[in-house]
Amino acid sequence: MPPSAPTAPTAPTELTAHALRAAIVARRLSAREAAEAHFARMERVEPQVKAYLTTCREPALAAADAIDARIARGESVGPLAGVPVALKDNLCTRGVRTTCSSRILEHFVPTYDATAVERLRAAGAVTLGKTNLDEFAMGSSTENSAYGPSLNPWDVTRVPGGSSGGSAAAVAAGTAVAALGSDTGGSIRQPAALCGIVGLKPTYGRVSRFGLVAFASSLDQIGPLTRDVRDSALMLQAIAGPDPHDSTSAAADVPDFARDLEAGVKGLRLGIPKEYFAPGTDPEITRAVEAAIDVLRRAGAEVRAVSLPHTDYGIAAYYVVAPAEASSNLARYDGVRYGLRAGAEGGLLAMYKESRRRGFGREVARRIMLGTFALSSGYYDAYYNQALRVRRLIKRDFDNAFAEVDVVVCPTSPIPAFKVGEKAADPLQMYLADVFTVCLNMAGLPGISIPCGFTSGNLPIGLQLIGRPFDEPTVLRAARAYERETDWHERRPAGLA
Amino acid sequence: MQVDSALVHHVADLARLGLTPEDQERYIAEMGRILGYVEKLNELNVDGVEPLVHPFDARNVFRSDEVRPCPDREEALANAPDRSEMFFRVPKVIE
Amino acid sequence: MSHPLGEYELVIGLETHVQLKTATKLFCGCATRFGAEPNSQVCPICTGMPGMLPVLNRHAYELGVRAALALHCEIAPFTKFDRKNYFYPDLPKSYQISQFDVPISKNGWLEAAGEGHTVRVRIHRAHLEEDAGKLLHPESPVGRADYSLVDFNRSGVPLLEIVTEPDLTTPADAHAYLTELKQVLQYTGISDCDMEKGSLRCDANVSVRLRGATVLGTKTEIKNLNSFKFIVKALEHESERQIRVLEGGGRVVQETRLWDPVVGETRVMRSKEEAHDYRSFPDPDLQPFVITAEEVERIRRTLPEMPAARRRRFVESSGLTERDAEILTADRAIADYFEACAALHAAPKLLANWVIGELRKEMNERHLEAESLAEKLPPARLVELARLVEDGKITRLVGKDVLAEVLTSGAAAGRIVADKGLAQIADAGALEPLVDKVIAANGKTVADYRAGKKPALAALIGQVMRETKGKANAPLVTKLLQDRLGA
Repeated sequence: MPPSAPTAPTAPTELTAHALRAAIVARRLSAREAAEAHFARMERVEPQVKAYLTTCREPALAAADAIDARIARGESVGPLAGVPVALKDNLCTRGVRTTCSSRILEHFVPTYDATAVERLRAAGAVTLGKTNLDEFAMGSSTENSAYGPSLNPWDVTRVPGGSSGGSAAAVAAGTAVAALGSDTGGSIRQPAALCGIVGLKPTYGRVSRFGLVAFASSLDQIGPLTRDVRDSALMLQAIAGPDPHDSTSAAADVPDFARDLEAGVKGLRLGIPKEYFAPGTDPEITRAVEAAIDVLRRAGAEVRAVSLPHTDYGIAAYYVVAPAEASSNLARYDGVRYGLRAGAEGGLLAMYKESRRRGFGREVARRIMLGTFALSSGYYDAYYNQALRVRRLIKRDFDNAFAEVDVVVCPTSPIPAFKVGEKAADPLQMYLADVFTVCLNMAGLPGISIPCGFTSGNLPIGLQLIGRPFDEPTVLRAARAYERETDWHERRPAGLA
Repeated sequence: MQVDSALVHHVADLARLGLTPEDQERYIAEMGRILGYVEKLNELNVDGVEPLVHPFDARNVFRSDEVRPCPDREEALANAPDRSEMFFRVPKVIE
Repeated sequence: MSHPLGEYELVIGLETHVQLKTATKLFCGCATRFGAEPNSQVCPICTGMPGMLPVLNRHAYELGVRAALALHCEIAPFTKFDRKNYFYPDLPKSYQISQFDVPISKNGWLEAAGEGHTVRVRIHRAHLEEDAGKLLHPESPVGRADYSLVDFNRSGVPLLEIVTEPDLTTPADAHAYLTELKQVLQYTGISDCDMEKGSLRCDANVSVRLRGATVLGTKTEIKNLNSFKFIVKALEHESERQIRVLEGGGRVVQETRLWDPVVGETRVMRSKEEAHDYRSFPDPDLQPFVITAEEVERIRRTLPEMPAARRRRFVESSGLTERDAEILTADRAIADYFEACAALHAAPKLLANWVIGELRKEMNERHLEAESLAEKLPPARLVELARLVEDGKITRLVGKDVLAEVLTSGAAAGRIVADKGLAQIADAGALEPLVDKVIAANGKTVADYRAGKKPALAALIGQVMRETKGKANAPLVTKLLQDRLGA
């Protein structure tokens, strides 16, 4: 089936956030109608997509009504007023269960909101519910969810990517206008690529991690999944900025991300890292990305080759650092204060072991094992410290590249959406598919994935643009320049009801 | 890295992860394979390269010593799997 | 040294945890008030809820630096926090945020007054860390219950762990070190050091070796030492135990032992084989901390005079005895009070007697805190009272009553003396009839005295004093009695 031809969208479930907000503020559409349209669409498509774990219809409609009331009274409203959004279920929400797609947190109800969630609401966004993910954000397909996988709206026999697969699928399926995800090794960008939408991982520290259930603290970053680049800037604007509750949130001033959005790429220097165009990538993806680079060149960008020589070590270093931090971050799930408790009748030690054995899925347990090993006596230097040294080399690669270019351009994922179950048997093969995304997290850099074409099987392809630390404006500007020249981002999956 | 059952048991004990015999066999195979791959890190000469913990250098992030009101006690215990009045309850701890 | 070590010598190192005197916890804004209802001073951060993050308390960091300076440590220009990973129900995150390889300070020393010698102890390091919660083991009607209870009020309370080199060689020296440490930390406002409230806790590393040996013996670590008395007892017991093991041809096993104050013994808690693998690594949630030499100097300048220096000064320039100086400096507020009084008086020794003697007794009886002493009894009032005695206006005996009255009523001593007619009777004419009366009424005592029992005179003096309600000039009474009885 060919991609559906772009048409001017009118249904509230097809609009972008900025268009929807404009319609609501102009009272062409109420926030309540927008929210209800999304819940109605969920009823039709959720059985096929399974993006959500929890929906919050009543509070969402109440929030929408509050926005409508403000508008009716002529009061000012926020930049996301009435925009229905979804939240990855590793973002804590006060009074709404937050499971991380894990059995261990099946009934966990936080008493606090994540800072990013709080800020999104303050900007007027209406939160519809919590989306599925790979358990504790560990995975690239959402198949590692204790509650079953989400499915790709472009082909529901395939995965939406992960770990923010539920958020990406919701935005692509029209059950949320935008969503928040988290990205530790590609978990926003890769599902965005596989679902044909825009996914932005901000610079480490740009968005507070307070209230984001930690996977790997030095790599995790919250970011938006949206239908276009303007929405990405809009969402980032709402959630970015220092937070006194997060010691690692950056003190840096938050620029106006919309200001230079339309400035184009004329004069920008784009770096093409040869290591990201090695064999092993699906040739259709390589061709689409090369075509996209041509588009940017024609739009006025100067294109240069750069080298990121330690790219090939990224996966190995990442799969030491991330599990090491995770092994410690996930030690708190011990059945004492919250979460699943099992085996208590056998005493304290049995309670620990049983709660954790039953509470964690295979992938999470595997990474806890790997990370515990890497930090253990006798192996710490050879594994953990060695990986951290290589991490510095990876960061230096980017420092060197950014001395010559403003943006690095490459594919987001070496493969398009794969069939459910296709890669589940071999964890290492699954890890290797993160090759183009993990190095950014290791270096803390901002990166965006935007739609840049389809495979012959009608599966979306993502283009990744990487910027200097805290230079999201340039990344967004280059992404927007590409978007203006193409219409990939306007396509919607046709197979859904 | 040779991963054997002794190592798997040691690591699982440290992580307080219960192991079934099937888990044990699986970990021996998977950890062996993944750690084998990770060993490519040793190909690199990292002499004089400092480990990088935080992506960016920031220093002296403090808060002031001001009391913030604590949430209601019921909130603190709201998710407790087991409690006794205002305490969390756990199987007997033997010192 | 009284401890029976024979041909062995003892090697002791101490690890002391003190609670820093902050209003809030180390990484969250919960209060640290002692004695609060269980789990009432907790929040999602200090109970390790998902997604919560630590932010360091600046005051705690500065108190840590201040303590380290008081202990003559080098301050690390760059320091960081690490996670120490282990599972325990009182440890909410299943890791403790502590400092592993780059503590805030190291290489200091402290000198303490031992029995007849100065005890100099090198400080290996001092670092910041968070406390764990508290476990309770309730009794059930049929013995111990099959469960334990957890209270997280203490979880996240700021601690400074102070680790000595193994420089101590006797339990008494260990006691002297801890006493001095406590004083220094109280003086500098760093900690209350109240063991009953858990704001000072101590673990000891102990080994024995043959005298003159150069290598250290195998050490054991003793935990649960929650009073200075227990520390001395535990060290005595443990060193004897180790010597018995060696004498019996055995080997000391490296292990952690728990002091059981009920039976007065240490017992095994865990062996080295069971020792934890803490997997310490830098906490990715906390960025490093740096401090400039200028900031260190700024903090150093705010340090008060240390107790040891003050003791020396009291002896050298105020002419006090070592013992008096030690008593006066034990509490900084008392020492401050004494100095304020001494500034108004030319004879510090006399004032020291008042403060050490009568005043401390009154404070005890009235549960008067040293901190509020100056308010209750302004230094000028005590000096006035002292002068009344020195000038012979009142007797010392009456002075004690007047002090009590000053503290009760808040009136000036002179006023009380005038109102109550307490002036000293130093007029022989007024006293002679009383002396005669006492002699007449105490025939037996008088006979005893005349028979050579000199102490009997004191009884007669006492009688006269009683007759005058203590107002009689004692030397004059003595002289009059001796004259009458023909000494």
